[in-house]
Amino acid sequence: MKMTGAQILLKCLEAEGVDTVFGYPGGAVIDIYDELLKTDIRHVLVRHEQGAVHAADGYARASGKVGVCLVTSGPGATNTITGIASAHMDSIPLVVLTGQIPTALIGNDAFQEVDIIGITRPCSKHSYLVTRIEDLARIIKEAFHIAKSGRPGPVVVDLPKDLMVMTARYEPVEKVDLRSYQPTYNPNVKQLNKVKDLIRQARKPLILAGGGVVASKAASALREFSEKIDAPVTTTLMGLGAFPASRTPLWLGMIGMHGTYRANMASGACDLLIAVGVRFDDRVTGKTEAFAPLAKIVHIDIDPTSIRKNIPVAVPVVGDCRITLERLNALLDGEDLSGLKERHREWFEQIEAWRSTRPLAYTQHRAIKPQYVVEKLYELTGGNAIIATEVGQNQMWAAQYYHLDQPNRFITSGGLGCMGFGLPAAIGAQIACPDELVVDIAGDASIQMNIQEMATAVQYRLPIKVIILNNRYMGMVRQWQELFYEKRYAFTGMEHAPDFIKLAEAYGAAGLRAETPDEVEAVLKKGLSLKESVIMEFIVEREEKVYPMVPAGAAITEMLLV
Amino acid sequence: MDKREKHILSLLVENQPGVLSRIAGLFSGRGFNIESLCVAETLDPEVSRITLVTVGDMAIIEQIKKQLNKLINVIKVVDFTGTAYVQREMVLIKVRAKPEMRAEILRMVDIFRSRVVDVGTECYTVEVTGDEGKISAFLNLLRPMGIKEIARTGAIALAREKQTKEAVNGRD
Repeated sequence: MKMTGAQILLKCLEAEGVDTVFGYPGGAVIDIYDELLKTDIRHVLVRHEQGAVHAADGYARASGKVGVCLVTSGPGATNTITGIASAHMDSIPLVVLTGQIPTALIGNDAFQEVDIIGITRPCSKHSYLVTRIEDLARIIKEAFHIAKSGRPGPVVVDLPKDLMVMTARYEPVEKVDLRSYQPTYNPNVKQLNKVKDLIRQARKPLILAGGGVVASKAASALREFSEKIDAPVTTTLMGLGAFPASRTPLWLGMIGMHGTYRANMASGACDLLIAVGVRFDDRVTGKTEAFAPLAKIVHIDIDPTSIRKNIPVAVPVVGDCRITLERLNALLDGEDLSGLKERHREWFEQIEAWRSTRPLAYTQHRAIKPQYVVEKLYELTGGNAIIATEVGQNQMWAAQYYHLDQPNRFITSGGLGCMGFGLPAAIGAQIACPDELVVDIAGDASIQMNIQEMATAVQYRLPIKVIILNNRYMGMVRQWQELFYEKRYAFTGMEHAPDFIKLAEAYGAAGLRAETPDEVEAVLKKGLSLKESVIMEFIVEREEKVYPMVPAGAAITEMLLV
Repeated sequence: MDKREKHILSLLVENQPGVLSRIAGLFSGRGFNIESLCVAETLDPEVSRITLVTVGDMAIIEQIKKQLNKLINVIKVVDFTGTAYVQREMVLIKVRAKPEMRAEILRMVDIFRSRVVDVGTECYTVEVTGDEGKISAFLNLLRPMGIKEIARTGAIALAREKQTKEAVNGRD
C-alpha cells in the first residue's frame, strides 16, 4: 500500500513503541502534524523547542525509553541545540525530528532554512538528512537503534517537507544492519581476571559509579558487586541513585567539586579505584595529576573513547556496565573472599573517621537555609520523589541533601550544566511516570530560563512541584565571585525577578511562599498535597554557599569546608 | 609526556554525503591536527578510503583512533605507523627555469625519476611521486632555483602484503 512520507514516519514511530512526542508545529512539519492527529501517539505541546528536547530528555531518563521530539525547520531546529547538547553530554537516548524545507530548495537560503545536520554534528551521536523517501523507514529504524544502543545519545533526523507529502510503498524494516557501528557489550575475560586479581590485592578499594550504571540498568549488579568485594561506593552527579544512599557504611555520597568530604578523601587514599560508567569529567577529578594518586585504576565503560581520555588507567575494560559487573560477580562467586572484610577493616575505620569529622552540615538560624528546604523535602517525601534540578547551587544542594535509593530518579543536566533544564525535564518525567511525585528543585535565575513551560505543565494538568530557592542571585556564579573575585558581584544580582506567586497564578498553577524557617514545612506539606502544578518559593539566605568546594584546578582532596 | 610523532591513518568509511565533514569536524572540534588528507572511492563504490596524516603523542593518537572509530560512518581505522606499508604522494612543482639552469633541472628530474609535464618560457612544471623522504629531498634541491608554487596530493598508503616468518627469515 502506498503511503505519504508523513504516514510512513508515524508508522515507524509506532513500530518503535513511541507513545509520546514532545513538539511544536511549524510550516515544514505541518504535514506530519496533520497525520499525527490520526494516530494514538500523544503529542505534548511545549512553549519553546528547547523545552521539547529537555522534556523528551526527562522522559527518557525517568522511563529508560527513547525520548522523541518534533520541531519545525530553521528556528524550530536551532532552538533544540542546547537540549541536544545536554542529552549528548549525559548520554541520553533521544530522536529529534526536525522539519526541513523542500529538497529542491536546500542550499538556497530559503525561508526557515538552516543546515541543522551541520549545526548538530558535534553535539549529537549521529544525524541523518533524509533525501529519498525510500530511505525513510530504514533511517528511522537506525536512528532509534543508534540512540539507545552502545553509549546512548541523541540522533537528529532532518525531514524535508516534500518527502512528507510524496507517496511510496511502506515496507517495515525489521533489522538494523550497520557494518560500521557495532558497540562492544561483552567484556574481555582476560581483563576481568586482571580486575579480580587487583581486588584480591587491594587494601583500600573504592568504587566510582557514574551515569553508565544508570543507563545500562546495572544498579543491582553494582550493589551485589560492592557487597561482594566489600568496597565503599561513591558516584558522580550522573550516577546518583545507582547505589542506594541508605546502604551504609558502603555509601560515601557524591564525589567531585561539591562532593562529600569522605568521598573525595577516599579517592585520594584508595589503592584500587574501580570506575564504572564514568568519563572522569574535570568536575569529578579536580586536578587530574593529583587524582587517585595511590590507586591502580580499573575503568569499565562501553565507550572506548572515555577510557584514557583524561586519566591513565591500569586495566581498561570495554563493555556494557551491567554485563561486565554481572560477569565479575559470577567470576568472584568461585573465589574465597572471606578474608576481605578483615583486610579492609582499617580502610572502613578511616572512612568512618572522615564521615564523622566532616559530615555535610549547615546551621539553620534566622533566614531559611536552602539545604534545610531540600532536607525537609526529603523527609516529607520519604526519599521517594523523582527529582529534576536546574543548574547551579540548587542542583548541588539537591544532589547533597536529597538521598536516593533508586536509579532514574535524579534528572539533572550534568555535563552541559544548562540552566532552564529542570522544569521541562520534570514535565517529561511526570508524563513518563504519571503516578510518581515529580519535583523540580530550582533557583530563581534558572527557573526563568524556561519558565514558559509552566503553561505546558498546567495545560496537561501535570502535578509537578517546582521549588524555587530564591536568593535573588545567580547563586553559583556569585559564590565564585565571593570566593575568588573579592566579592565583585558582576551582574549576578537578580533583584528584578517577577513575583513568582503571581506568575504561578497567571499560568493557572498554585503559588506558595515561605519567608521564614518555621513556614518551610507547612508550605512544603501544602504544596505536596495539591493535585496540580505548584510553584513553592522559598526566600533563602542570600549568600549561602555550597560546601564542600574544590576550587577549580585544585586537587579533589583540597576542599574548602564551610 | 611521550614525544609527538607523525602517524599515517587509513580509514574505510561509508561513501555518503557529510562523512568527510564529520571527520574534519572531529579533528577541529577536539584540537587534533590534520597534516594531509586524501579521499577517494575504493573498488566498492559504497566505501571510500581516507588517508590521513596526523601528529600527536601516544595518548592523542590513541584518542584520535578511538574517536574516529566511534563515528557511525567509519568502518575501519588502521594506523600504519610502526607497520610495513608503502606510502606515496604526488607533487606538482612549478620551478623557475632560467636558460642556464634548464639542463640542471632536467638532470635532477631524471635522477628523481620524475618528469616535466609542462614547459613555459619561464617555468617548468615537474611531477614527482614518492614517499615523504624523497619528496622533501627533491623540494630541497629545487628550492635554490626558485619554486614558484607547488600542489601536493597528500600521502596515500597501503599495507604491504603480510610476510610469513619463514620468508622473512629466509631473506635474512
